[in-house]
Amino acid sequence: MAVMTRIRGFFSKLFGKKRSRVGIYGPPNAGKTTLANRIVRDVTGEAIGPVSEVPHETRRARRKEGVEINSGGSKLLIDIVDTPGVTTKIDYHEFLEYGMDQDEAVARAREATEGVAEAMHWLREDIDGVIYVLDSTQDPFMHVNIMMVGIIESRKLPVIIVANKIDLPDAAPQRIKSAFPQHPVVMVSGLEGNNMDDLYAKISEVFR
Amino acid sequence: MIQGVQIDMLSSDRLSRMTSMEKIRLILDDVRQGYIVVLEKGLTPEEQGKLLETTMMEISPGGFSGIEIETYPSSGGSEGGLFSKLFGGGKTPAGRLMVIGPVDQLKMLTREKDRLIAWASAAQ
Repeated sequence: MAVMTRIRGFFSKLFGKKRSRVGIYGPPNAGKTTLANRIVRDVTGEAIGPVSEVPHETRRARRKEGVEINSGGSKLLIDIVDTPGVTTKIDYHEFLEYGMDQDEAVARAREATEGVAEAMHWLREDIDGVIYVLDSTQDPFMHVNIMMVGIIESRKLPVIIVANKIDLPDAAPQRIKSAFPQHPVVMVSGLEGNNMDDLYAKISEVFR
Repeated sequence: MIQGVQIDMLSSDRLSRMTSMEKIRLILDDVRQGYIVVLEKGLTPEEQGKLLETTMMEISPGGFSGIEIETYPSSGGSEGGLFSKLFGGGKTPAGRLMVIGPVDQLKMLTREKDRLIAWASAAQ
């Protein structure tokens, strides 16, 4: 085993280490794109995608290549993949409540279903690690979260759970921490930028 | 005829003879007819992922809107995990009973260590 590790290390140094693709996953409206924008803006000054209070604003996976995470004097180069929110149900009537007309809502629902399937495809084929984002004001025990963490664990992917939106008054990030004791949990506000250094330190540690 | 909801309860024996895709096809065919499906032995994480993807492909605006899916923790399985903290059992939910139904007909009200409470309505 030690010999194999040395051989892998030798070839990594010789040919350069493959850059990890880190997928940002979570249910709709957990703040995935806001967090992805925060990470990418902190590094490159650019955004990865638009955000909205209307669920399923992100309906296509978006990748930002070569994001350099600096923490504690070490550097890690990763690709960030912002993915559509994962759910088991999509009803276009939900979008009508946000003032969309029927055609617009139906189109959004169609795109959202394709987006969820696409996110799952990325997870199956092309993702090396996962940042699983949860809204700290919501119940973390929803089945979709249990299912997704189970899928991530079954694929043996490294994962960081992010308890997002800690800036909101009814945030309860400790619930998330107690729900996922087997994984590192970082409490942040992607919108306000709170505790992002803690997240960068964890990214450097977990996805190295 | 009695009005109500058809419940299709599948034994672990039957499930063990089926491939992953056969299980997913059976579940979705039932759910799309407005039935509630109860699996004595739940789907694996991989199968749940496939079920989710297949569900997304079959959702149609104004028609099928997706599934409600729920399970409760196992007395077997691997150590640790979400349920160990939530229910103190120290085990993950692999392989335990699973309930799946149309999202517009099945609503989970309560999930406890050894009890699921759901409300179901007949198809419109």
